[in-house]
Amino acid sequence: MAGSLTSLRDPRYRARLRALALVAPLVIFIGVTFIAPLGTMLTRSVYDPVVADVLPNTLRLLDSWDGVGLPSEAVYAAASEEISQAEAERSLGLVASRINRVRGGLRGAITHTSRELRNVQQGSRRESMIAIDSVWSDPATWHAIQVTGERFTSRHYLNALDLQRLPDGSVVSQPDERRIYVHLFWRTLMISALITLLCLVLGYPIAHLIARSPPQRANLLLILVLVPFWTSLLVRTTSWIVLLQTQGVLNDLLVAIGLIGDDGRLSMIYNMTGTIVAMTHVLLPFMVLPLYSVMRGISETHMNAAASLGATPLQAFLRVYWPQSLPGVGAGALLVFILAIGYYITPALVGGSDGQLISNMIAYHMQTSLNWGLAAALGGVLLAGVLVLYVVYERLIGIERIGLR
Amino acid sequence: MMSGTRPKFGRILYLGFCTLVFVFLVAPIIVIVPLSFNAEPYFTFTEGMLRLDPDAWSLRWYREIIFSEAWVKSFVNSIVIGVSATVLATFFGTLAALGLASSAIPARRAIMGMIISPMVTPVIIAAAGMFFFYSELGLGQTHLSIILAHTVLGVPFVVVTVTATLAAYDSTLNHAAASLGAGPWTTFRRIQFPLIAPGVISGSLFAFAASFDEVVVILFMGGIEQRTIPRQMWAGIREQISPAILAIATFLIVFAVLLLLTVNWLRQRGEARA
Repeated sequence: MAGSLTSLRDPRYRARLRALALVAPLVIFIGVTFIAPLGTMLTRSVYDPVVADVLPNTLRLLDSWDGVGLPSEAVYAAASEEISQAEAERSLGLVASRINRVRGGLRGAITHTSRELRNVQQGSRRESMIAIDSVWSDPATWHAIQVTGERFTSRHYLNALDLQRLPDGSVVSQPDERRIYVHLFWRTLMISALITLLCLVLGYPIAHLIARSPPQRANLLLILVLVPFWTSLLVRTTSWIVLLQTQGVLNDLLVAIGLIGDDGRLSMIYNMTGTIVAMTHVLLPFMVLPLYSVMRGISETHMNAAASLGATPLQAFLRVYWPQSLPGVGAGALLVFILAIGYYITPALVGGSDGQLISNMIAYHMQTSLNWGLAAALGGVLLAGVLVLYVVYERLIGIERIGLR
Repeated sequence: MMSGTRPKFGRILYLGFCTLVFVFLVAPIIVIVPLSFNAEPYFTFTEGMLRLDPDAWSLRWYREIIFSEAWVKSFVNSIVIGVSATVLATFFGTLAALGLASSAIPARRAIMGMIISPMVTPVIIAAAGMFFFYSELGLGQTHLSIILAHTVLGVPFVVVTVTATLAAYDSTLNHAAASLGAGPWTTFRRIQFPLIAPGVISGSLFAFAASFDEVVVILFMGGIEQRTIPRQMWAGIREQISPAILAIATFLIVFAVLLLLTVNWLRQRGEARA
């Protein structure tokens, strides 16, 4: 008691308290409106209670199934009862689509069975279900129900990494035709690395030029870099459609000057080229700004000294200037790469089929296939990757220096 | 002898390359502007436009937008959501930046890392998470959930900008004010805030621009009632490509240039004072 009173009078303690009180509202706000939603998403990637809630007895009775032969009559009785009840409560569709993702074709079988079960009054449920659809005599069907019945599941993450768990518990690769995500992650990394490299090649000279210009001209040139930075992303993407499409400005120009024939128009958009060009344009300012802020601090006298000691301009650049500009290269490259691997809008609009990145797959599973567990798991993998890069950025460069003007 | 010619050639190459990069940066944006005055529903220059035939140029796409209920509504939505998110982000962000500027703050790097994280997290992940979160709260497809989402996406811009301004702020001014008898609040209101105001305004313009251009959150969480300009453009680009998009784009370009010049002016003013 006495201790807390003295510490309250302690000016350092009060300063600390005041600082925390100023930061607290935002930290709480971000916790509720940002961290909690991310947590909700990550929960979805490992927790899925729908099947377990709708088919509890079936799943409980399946525990004593040997996994090879037909399950017992009791399992069929519980399943037929719970399927009929789920249909009445309109929750069967959710269950069927989950089971269907583990084993294709079961959605139709389940809904069809639920309809036919209305007409079954008596006798063995096992016989009547197998008579309605032969999938019920296939152990794989029951295995699929068991897999989706786990409340806490690793199957979404396994799926996101092109893996699956066999009935005996071993984890193996998906069959070739279902292996898409690892390839897509890899392609996302490669395209992002290429875009980062392009941004560096294009951005380095102009950052250097701006850093060497007298203040008035430097400011003007910076404005040229910042115009795209401030211009709406959708506007810039639209611009590239206008420029690059088959009947677009660039193709018209090339035809007009006779470089290509009217039937030889280039397809530069709605494919990977479109994604790379448009994203390089969008992300270039994020490379130029950190480069510029580092280069501005490099003294010109070093280069002059190198030259007076007999270095060629190339030597002077490689041994004197480039090493000093490396912090800017690191900051710009890391920032561009982090932003690129999570990009969604530009690939979605100009990427066509081969220019899609992992974010587009997440959007597809969120909005079209409605496989939210898988979308969340893919998001979890991407988020982990971004987090690692973010920590590297924090350690190497410091977050406050994130390029903004 | 060599040294007389080769650096010159190198310099021409270097300046030429830089010019091309600047063209790459700016030309795509400029090209859109004249095309928005196309009299025909094409996305390219017609022969008439190139001959500067007045009949080939028109304001029809601008008329189409001004008289379109959907576009006007999306404009109103963008302003309402953008202004609300900006006010919230500026308030929370400036307070936090003041706290972070104090040397007494514990775990500074961790707090900063958390506050900036919305800026680097892929928006698709944030939007997916918020979609689940707000749907479970029964706030799906409301202005409120989108304003909160835009606030959290815009707040890092405010914190970064105001923190940078505060780093240049001379804290002995606070001691001077205190020694003259001013309380902390008076000092802040009369001395510190006027001096950091350019940074606060810049930060809020960043936050507004972020909201005004945001489309992923809207796509995932917004309904028809929450359609903003970017959402309307998204539909325009994906579904019925019409040059009306170019008219809106031109408006957004002018808007961006105005914002940029304002921020640039504020920054120069801040630097002149510091």
